[in-house]
Amino acid sequence: MSKNLVVRFAGEGGQGVVGGAELMASAAASGGYHVLTFSTFPSQIKGGPAWGQARISSEPVLTPGDYLDVLVAQNQYAYDHNLEDLREGGLVVYNSEEFEITDNARALGIPADRMAREAGNPLASTIILIGAVAKLAGVSIEALEAFITQRWTRGRPGDEQIVEGNINALRMGVEVAEKAGMALEDLEPAPAHPEPRILIRGFEAAALGAMAGGLDSFIGYPISPATTMLVYMESNLVGKDKFVGQASSEIEAINALVGTGFAGKKVMTSTAGPGVSLMGEGLGLSWMAEIPLVVVDVQRGGPATGLPTKTEQSDLTMAMNPGHGDMTVPVIACGSTEEAFWASMHALNWAERYQGPVIMLSEASIAERAQDILMPDLSKVVDERRLVSTGEAGNRRYAGDGVSPFPVPGGPGAYVANASEHDEQGDTTHLPDIHVTMTHRRFKKLDLLTDGEYEAENTSANTVVMTWGGSKGSALAAWRELQDEGVDVGWYYTMFLNPLPTKMVEELRGKRILVPELNYMGQFANHLRSKGLNAEAITQYTGLPFKVADLKAEIKRRLQA
Amino acid sequence: MAKRNPLYDFKWCPGCGDFGVKVALEQALAGRMAETGDSIENTVIVAGIGCSGNMVHMMEGPQPFGIHGIHGRALPIAYGIKSARPDLNVVVVAGDGDFLSIGAEHIGPQARRNLDITVVIMDNGIYGLTKGQASPTTELNVVTSTTRWGKLDEKMNPFLFYLGAGVPYLTSQLSSRVKELASDIRTAMDYPGFSVVHVQSPCTTYNDTYSLLKGDEKKGIEPLAFPIGDDHRADDITAAADLVRGRRIPIGLIYKREGESVAAHQRLAEAKAKANIEQASVESLLTAMTIK
Repeated sequence: MSKNLVVRFAGEGGQGVVGGAELMASAAASGGYHVLTFSTFPSQIKGGPAWGQARISSEPVLTPGDYLDVLVAQNQYAYDHNLEDLREGGLVVYNSEEFEITDNARALGIPADRMAREAGNPLASTIILIGAVAKLAGVSIEALEAFITQRWTRGRPGDEQIVEGNINALRMGVEVAEKAGMALEDLEPAPAHPEPRILIRGFEAAALGAMAGGLDSFIGYPISPATTMLVYMESNLVGKDKFVGQASSEIEAINALVGTGFAGKKVMTSTAGPGVSLMGEGLGLSWMAEIPLVVVDVQRGGPATGLPTKTEQSDLTMAMNPGHGDMTVPVIACGSTEEAFWASMHALNWAERYQGPVIMLSEASIAERAQDILMPDLSKVVDERRLVSTGEAGNRRYAGDGVSPFPVPGGPGAYVANASEHDEQGDTTHLPDIHVTMTHRRFKKLDLLTDGEYEAENTSANTVVMTWGGSKGSALAAWRELQDEGVDVGWYYTMFLNPLPTKMVEELRGKRILVPELNYMGQFANHLRSKGLNAEAITQYTGLPFKVADLKAEIKRRLQA
Repeated sequence: MAKRNPLYDFKWCPGCGDFGVKVALEQALAGRMAETGDSIENTVIVAGIGCSGNMVHMMEGPQPFGIHGIHGRALPIAYGIKSARPDLNVVVVAGDGDFLSIGAEHIGPQARRNLDITVVIMDNGIYGLTKGQASPTTELNVVTSTTRWGKLDEKMNPFLFYLGAGVPYLTSQLSSRVKELASDIRTAMDYPGFSVVHVQSPCTTYNDTYSLLKGDEKKGIEPLAFPIGDDHRADDITAAADLVRGRRIPIGLIYKREGESVAAHQRLAEAKAKANIEQASVESLLTAMTIK
């Protein structure tokens, strides 16, 4: 029996390959399995090479899987370019209307589109393929039928015909696979789940974490791969006192966030690297005028337009230093679907606590994945609000050497929130001693953010693995395998990247830190070194996540070096 | 500043048109407070960067809230404030460089949203704070520190630009006519939508246009500014465009869109009321994702 089934649907954008993987994952989750999806596609509405991958497991999963058990190829290109990821003994299911595979005994051609058309259900070709894959991998067909019944019973006329049609399609796929005379090891039965689980996508988790944290307004500009969050907010942040707006640019968005924060509200935007580049000056305004706001940067690949739909972790340096002059923006990065929920909430609370901008780093592979997780424990939700002025300081809004009461328009303490260097009441001044005092004040506020939580395992080891963000899954899986092999290496991890938890930095002093991260420059390793730590990066910059096996091998190599 | 702040180290040049605009704005706000009973803390002045942006520090008397932001972005900041807090009276003050050059991209979106704010533009046809470079409203052929062969690009017609961008309410005034300007700003603040008061506010150091605006009968110089006649139909965009088409600057109400003005926040409130959707709790949204 096998614990895992990794299936990749590969073809062209618009052929439903991403949808196929997600449907397969939903069906398996419904049958009790743990699932995690990953997809990659070009930046165009239809066409271009795309694939969606679903990992289905009897155990909780951390990554979408290194190697494929089944490759579903819609065309020759998809077959040629994905075959290298098929594990030894894996199977290929291909669209035999499109092309022929003659040199591979473990490839099964299925004319799924024609079969679907002939069955009078042309939309069901993906379900035919799922039926075939399920049969080949020994996934319970009954569970899939139950899923189809539930999914398409929506209280509408014609539900029954749709359910029947789709179950027939599933059985057609099963039948083809049965006749093929090839199969994988059966998948272990799904485990029992005493706790309720949800199937959630990364961007939904980030959006809901923000809403749980008391978000009032969301203003964004469409950009891959961050648009999904704006769209989610448009549909779900709908209360009478809530506001969601589509800005005309990222520059408008960040400055509108400043206005919203100034007006006393908790506010957020989602964007990607190019958007943060444009927001640099506005983030400086937020830092200088001490106005809380949160920017979610769903990282994609490369500089400039780069790789809009691929995943990378190359915005950390920019996130900490997005603008000119002496400032550093606090950064929280999520490393999993669950963490996307909590990171959003923490980011909003940090912004309120220290009264300034915070960047929450997500990335394409987290935002777009679907995963089954336990229901977040909402009793742990905190909705922190800034210290509000009751008029005690008059108009001296910037008095004192740290966080001071925030005057909200309509209330007492009218002042000028000023992007220029300013005195206590916000009037522009260029006097050297005031610039010194105010610079100290702004940096001192960061001390309120140094108590972040972190993970620490096998802390006695001289060398530790410490990754960040979306590489957490691969790195943790690699580290666990090394532990099982008896390799003495420690594990440190935190979502709170800037400022780093003080206690954690002290613990790491004197250790050798290996930092897996998806960028060329080794940005987090650089950051750790700037704190006097001995960090070296393990980098990859392909637009794809780390494979666990590659990472494990590289960590071992470094340990021997 | 309610009273002089010795730490504040900025000054307008003697004779600057912005002094007149400052007094007019103070009078308009005082008049609004007296008539509506709304407190001064319910007003926010959003300033651009440039000489005119210092308005927010220079204002005397009862102090409104203010933001002195970054160059060109006063309108986006105002968009954030007003969408978060429709109850606030929001006034943008900026100059021609801030508003019509670096910030010009923001006019159309606020005009089309019909954001309920008032914009007071101090147009001196020059970059004053950076000491005399050409702005969009600098005349063709004028020599400045960045136009050594004379300005090679045409002067922008801000009024046609506003009308094209969809600004629903547009008034033109001179900084020297303080009483009329105060009244224009006061009226514009009551307009339920996006209103622009475009003020000719000369720069006595780099582009002193007082005499050009006023003209000189003895020397036979026709004044650049002229009062809009009673026969002008301000609700007719064609008539408004005809009025502003030429080189001369009409003074008075240029355009007020026909029909009732529905402001951005009002449209949103109406759409939400019509949709009749309740805010779902995070718990219920998560529960809906439960795997069955």
